[in-house]
Amino acid sequence: MLELMQQIINGLSLGAIYALIALGYTMVYGIIKLINFAHGEVMMVGAYVGFFSISVFGSHIIVAMIFAMLACGILGVIIEKIAYRPLRGATRIAALITAIGVSLFLQYTTVFFLTPQQRIFPQAAFTSQEYIIAGLSISNKDIFIFICAVTLMTILQYIIRRTKTGKAMRAVSLDRDAAVLMGISVDRTISITFAIGSSLAAAAGIMVGIYYSTINPLMGIIPGLKAFVAAVLGGIGIVPGAMVGGFLIGILETLVSGYGNSLYRDAVVFGVLIVILLVKPTGMFGKNDSEKV
Amino acid sequence: MKVLENKISQFIIKVLILSAIFTLVQYMLIAGHLSRFHEITLTSMCINIVLAVSLNLINGFTGQLSLGHAGFMAVGAYVSVVITNFYELPFIVGLLGGCLGAAIAGFIIGVPTLRLKGDYLAIATLGFGEIIRVLLQNINYVGGPAGISGIVKQTNWLWLFGSVVLTIIIIQNIVNSSYGRAIISVREDEIAAEVMGVNTTNYKVLAFVIGAMFAGLAGGLYGHYFYIIKPETFNFLKSFDILVMVVLGGLGSTTGAVIAAIFITILTAALQAFPAVRMIIYALILILIMIYRPQGLMGTKELSSRTFGKIWSGRK
Amino acid sequence: MRISKKVSLVVLMMFMLSILAIGCGDTSSTGDGEKDKAGVSDKADVIKVGINAELTGAVASYGTNARDGALLAIEHINAEGGVLGQELKAIVRDCKSIPDEAMSVSASLADEGIVAQIGPLTSGNVAGSTPMVMENQIPLIAPAATADDITLERDGSAKDFIFRVCYSDSFQGKIMADFAADNLGVKNVAIYKDASSDYAQGLADYFTETFTAKGGKIIIEEGFVKGDRDFRGTLTKIRGADPDFIYIPGYYEEVAPLIKQARELGIKAPLGGPDGWDSPDLVGVVGADNLNETYFTNHYSIEDENPKVIDFVERYREKYNKDPDAFAALGYDAVLLLARGIEDAGEVDPVKIQQALEKVTNFEGVTGTMDIDKQHNPVKGVVIIESIDGKQTMNTRIQP
Repeated sequence: MLELMQQIINGLSLGAIYALIALGYTMVYGIIKLINFAHGEVMMVGAYVGFFSISVFGSHIIVAMIFAMLACGILGVIIEKIAYRPLRGATRIAALITAIGVSLFLQYTTVFFLTPQQRIFPQAAFTSQEYIIAGLSISNKDIFIFICAVTLMTILQYIIRRTKTGKAMRAVSLDRDAAVLMGISVDRTISITFAIGSSLAAAAGIMVGIYYSTINPLMGIIPGLKAFVAAVLGGIGIVPGAMVGGFLIGILETLVSGYGNSLYRDAVVFGVLIVILLVKPTGMFGKNDSEKV
Repeated sequence: MKVLENKISQFIIKVLILSAIFTLVQYMLIAGHLSRFHEITLTSMCINIVLAVSLNLINGFTGQLSLGHAGFMAVGAYVSVVITNFYELPFIVGLLGGCLGAAIAGFIIGVPTLRLKGDYLAIATLGFGEIIRVLLQNINYVGGPAGISGIVKQTNWLWLFGSVVLTIIIIQNIVNSSYGRAIISVREDEIAAEVMGVNTTNYKVLAFVIGAMFAGLAGGLYGHYFYIIKPETFNFLKSFDILVMVVLGGLGSTTGAVIAAIFITILTAALQAFPAVRMIIYALILILIMIYRPQGLMGTKELSSRTFGKIWSGRK
Repeated sequence: MRISKKVSLVVLMMFMLSILAIGCGDTSSTGDGEKDKAGVSDKADVIKVGINAELTGAVASYGTNARDGALLAIEHINAEGGVLGQELKAIVRDCKSIPDEAMSVSASLADEGIVAQIGPLTSGNVAGSTPMVMENQIPLIAPAATADDITLERDGSAKDFIFRVCYSDSFQGKIMADFAADNLGVKNVAIYKDASSDYAQGLADYFTETFTAKGGKIIIEEGFVKGDRDFRGTLTKIRGADPDFIYIPGYYEEVAPLIKQARELGIKAPLGGPDGWDSPDLVGVVGADNLNETYFTNHYSIEDENPKVIDFVERYREKYNKDPDAFAALGYDAVLLLARGIEDAGEVDPVKIQQALEKVTNFEGVTGTMDIDKQHNPVKGVVIIESIDGKQTMNTRIQP
């Protein structure tokens, strides 16, 4: 029982990171029906920005996080303007390929300018502390990540549910043409969506840096894919779904490693993806959208 | 010109052109005019053509976005290598075995996933591609992560050329047949097709299986040329490479797939001298082409004898 | 929409041009390939050395380190007068961490007239290069490929043109198993390996073979994959099995966070690993305290008092602003071995160099003094490095 609790705690901080990344995926998909493959790389850029902010400018961890979030928000908007906006009317495959192209571009450019070597997140930024509570090992990092993630998600929910921008985002997701008729600036709304999603990814990147101590240019690929599975699991396009999905995938991964066979862990995650797609493709929280002929 | 519109002379001319190409390259290889580097590039080119044309059948003609093509290539490679290297059977048996194995994999994966649409299908195929890779990594019989090494080289220009020609001919024939029309109808409007009595699931699976089969062929050729196969090689990036060729050439154009495969192979080989920037350029070209011409080079048009005939006589 | 497309086009084209300018204008010692062709005035004055390394792709971080080590060696040798009075010239190509690309790169390097090839790093890519170098009769010196079969034909004879300067998996795995059984006296061992790496798989197999033959037991065997950073799930499981010792074959990028998380979870058992652990990052990530009671087999220690090692570390630090890892050191030695081979051969002829390499004895590299044996493998000592309060200390030295 104790071990199970430990595993769940392990899974929660991992899940928090997946959840933050998954939110970006789900928001973008909801609004322009694009799987933004480059999202994992935005996370990676956020981690690097945070790294340089801390190691070169010596900033406090929260400051670094905010700075990284701002930087990546801007990056997200730029990517949207340059790579995705011209393809608004094109086929889905074309947009998908462009997204993958952007992802590769970010990876290889980072490798080019910053070398493929990993960087160590300065320990000084966040001194870790182990607590043993009732036999369970919890680190202050776990707590920090969890609290940060939940805070950010709460803020996001507030933005979506209570602000005009959020309303615009929901409107454009639901019916873009009607939104235009209502006077909503679709371009601006989409840009804002990208900005928010990207900044969340940046926060996730910093957390990865803190938690796992190292960052490297290829760090965004696998978490990106898994976060995507999480978004699909929760219901792609549905914000609370991404949050729940992220935590679920994190816990699932940890439990598979802990109780099943760690060798097949990735296969299980993808297997879950396929099962979800076959059984309920709209995800846990999704509504069944029937197509009108 | 009238003569080019006669079916038999069309056929004869095609045969002549193909033989000419084959003989010319074979001569250059034997006489040593082509260095090993060129030969390797040529091999990669042919393998890529087979991969692109087969993926085009699935993505282009049937309109089903499959992102796991490398998985079928892997199955084909592994099965064929096991047959020839573990069981000491002849190369042709290995290739056929590879094709069969890949086709079976295509069927197993296709039946459940082809019920999905659009992006969901894409992700499911991506997931399956990765699952195949992880499975191969954990099967010790085929070497696990180390793969199988020391594979005797059996692929040569004859096999490559033959495979390319065979692939193109078979797939073009399918496309131009009633099966092809059914497949295209699935792409154009699946609901309308279903209403017209086309069993869309069957045709989707058919296209998928055939596409997978040829990917298996490519895998077999690959394994028997490059000396070693390991699971890592057949990852998502490889699937993506093939996808790029198909999209660049134009979804739904076999000619486009061929041209794009040739172009991309030559491009990556030519940029080899620029290790630091090659991949960045590649990614940028991708984005540029998608922005500027998302329908690809050929759109859905094909290069056919009639087009040649028109060009020849200067008509529009 | 139209304006947007034009803007994108312009921005991306400008980016592309600037990247091209930077990439092609960079003719510093990273040796970006073919621009040398025009610049080489007198072909007879340079000895072309091909460096076929993984500069992009999954193992790029290690491949670039090996390349850096090799380039440093070339610079060092040239500064001291070159080999046989001629300068070494590096032609660096990227094999993208894929075997078929490795083959293609070998072919194009051969076309450029190299006398030897250094690299690639991983066994799979060396295998990819093998047919090309064998056909062109160009010796290949692998800095870090450890699979036993890269230098051996199926019948056990050596592959003519393949050499290496690192241990083979069978050797390293056995050493650690001996150490665990004899020195540490442990009986129940857990193995937590990099399941995506042939290096780790080979080591795990050989460790198991030797350890069980000595009466020990492998009570649990788990795996992670390259790129993983979170190991707590499996570590909790391993903790539950309560092993006396955990063998962790893998590379430091994964091993470092792994060790840290293991200690944080309360796993106090001693941990062991191979030379893939060797990196200045290890202490930085894991923390000095956590690194106590960890042992890894290595070619040398960065704190080694050997003047050759000190000189290498200093030069590396000066040129690259960081400490070298095992791959850099091995890349360095691969070139040094090549230089020795050329000198012994007396002329710049690949076949003669290959013959000379086969007979090398007492080659003093940074990673040890070695002879090249009949299987084209180095016979050199192993050190077992123990970390004591964050400092690498030599626990045992095992001479061949």
